[in-house]
Amino acid sequence: MLQRIVRWSRKKSPWILHLNSGACNACDIEVVAALTPRFDVERLGVLLKATPRHADVIISTGPVTRQIKDRIIRIYEQTPEPKFVIAVGACAMSGCVYRGAYNIMGGLDQVIPVNIYVPGCPARPDAILDGVVKLLGTL
Amino acid sequence: MKFTVPIGPQHPALKEPISLRMTLEGEVIRDADIRLGYNHRGLEKLAEEKTWLQNIYVTERICGICSHSHATCYTQGVEKLMEIEPPKRGIYLRFLVAELERVHSHLLWLGVAGHEAGFDTFFMYTWRDREVVMDILEMVSGNRVHYAINTLGGVRRDIDDLQKKKILDSLDFLRRRSEFYFKIGANEPSFVARIAGVGRLSKEDALALCAVGPTARASDISQDVRKDDPYGMYAEVPFEVATATSCDVLGRVVVRVKELMQSYNIIEFLLKNLPDGPVAVRAPRRAKPNEVVSRYEAPRGENIHYIKSNGTDKPERLKVRAPTLANYPATVVMLRNGFIADIPLIFAAIDPCICCAERAVVLVDGRSGEEKIVLMSELRKQAHERWKKAPLKKDAVWPF
Ligand code: SF4
Repeated sequence: MLQRIVRWSRKKSPWILHLNSGACNACDIEVVAALTPRFDVERLGVLLKATPRHADVIISTGPVTRQIKDRIIRIYEQTPEPKFVIAVGACAMSGCVYRGAYNIMGGLDQVIPVNIYVPGCPARPDAILDGVVKLLGTL
Repeated sequence: MKFTVPIGPQHPALKEPISLRMTLEGEVIRDADIRLGYNHRGLEKLAEEKTWLQNIYVTERICGICSHSHATCYTQGVEKLMEIEPPKRGIYLRFLVAELERVHSHLLWLGVAGHEAGFDTFFMYTWRDREVVMDILEMVSGNRVHYAINTLGGVRRDIDDLQKKKILDSLDFLRRRSEFYFKIGANEPSFVARIAGVGRLSKEDALALCAVGPTARASDISQDVRKDDPYGMYAEVPFEVATATSCDVLGRVVVRVKELMQSYNIIEFLLKNLPDGPVAVRAPRRAKPNEVVSRYEAPRGENIHYIKSNGTDKPERLKVRAPTLANYPATVVMLRNGFIADIPLIFAAIDPCICCAERAVVLVDGRSGEEKIVLMSELRKQAHERWKKAPLKKDAVWPF
């Protein structure tokens, strides 16, 4: 019973943390655009949170630069269990055009485990929304 | 008593990774130190491995908000290197997208400024209207953010009369909305009280610190590459350079809203006078050895690309000076003697685009003058070794 309530509440209100790991900003504005009136993810109970300690879902963009690698791992560790990671954009999946540049790790999954990948350069807000919904479906 | 507060690299008030170190006395900022590098990807080096055409897509991804600015700045330069002249219709379409991008960027910024000032309704309004611009851009180019409409020698897509009409209709709507924002921005007492007098940058300071773009224009410096050194077809287009005299965040809001209005006029002019003909010419694969500096007025200020070719199909050197980098010294002055609660507002007011302005550090050996770029792990190893060898400080005192 308690288990079911916990699962239900987790599904109904995922709190997200938006993390930029060296992205070109386009994916980031699309993540923010998903919060604004046209797409409005807040109606699905999604709230953007400022600190990793409040978040359930980390939405991360960017190819992970070497400089920020340690911080990402730290942020991932600060997020309470259960935690989920959505990699938004071609960058976070594989490095996109930056593949081969000397200062990137080439994808988020090189650093932390990833649950859902949202492709696109940049991923459209509707695609990001779809990613969140798919993630909730797996709970 | 002075103490230092680190902000970032991941911080609620910042959308992008950057680290600020503030030296505070009570609530007053005495000094600020900006640290970069969290977003550095090494694009300039990467560009040397790709062909001229591939590099359009690389430069476009320097930044997602002013992607067209970087791509156009680069393409302009390369066209000069290759000695080709894009057809007139191509140029008109290219700068049509450029002005649309300015509109979307300024609307985005207005929203962010409203959000940082605690006026979230404004944020939601401007971002809703921004979607109208995004729709136009998607219709014209096929993508919402990275338009990829530039190619060497012109643009990749043409527009038809139906699209033209749609854009003109949307312009009416956007004009009406922007007038409304102007009214709010100038008359809403609590909003004005929050932003007036915050982040002062005097005209002398702005000149001395080489501020660019709306930051400089809000300090009463009439400086705009589109007017001062017209590129493309800007010499034929009638428009005014928007300035403000108040030298604070309020002035920066006013300048940007005025620029929105100018951009609508430019877009209308371009659409009404769109010449007929092809949109692109064929570009050669190689460029003769030469070098070029290309200037472009991005939404955030002057963008400079330096390109050097060596006769092959790849650039030998690409150097990018993004407008945000030019504005950092001015930001430090703006932050000084401000309050800690004003940091996000002041910082947002230069419209920072951190990913544009990333830099790597080259270490210069003081004794031999030898330059090298080292890996972080290498640097850490060196630091450990040095620390092991360092003599123990016996009389060290705890700093209190
Ligand atoms: S996936 Fe594309 S749009 Fe997104 S951050 Fe990477 S380069 Fe930018």
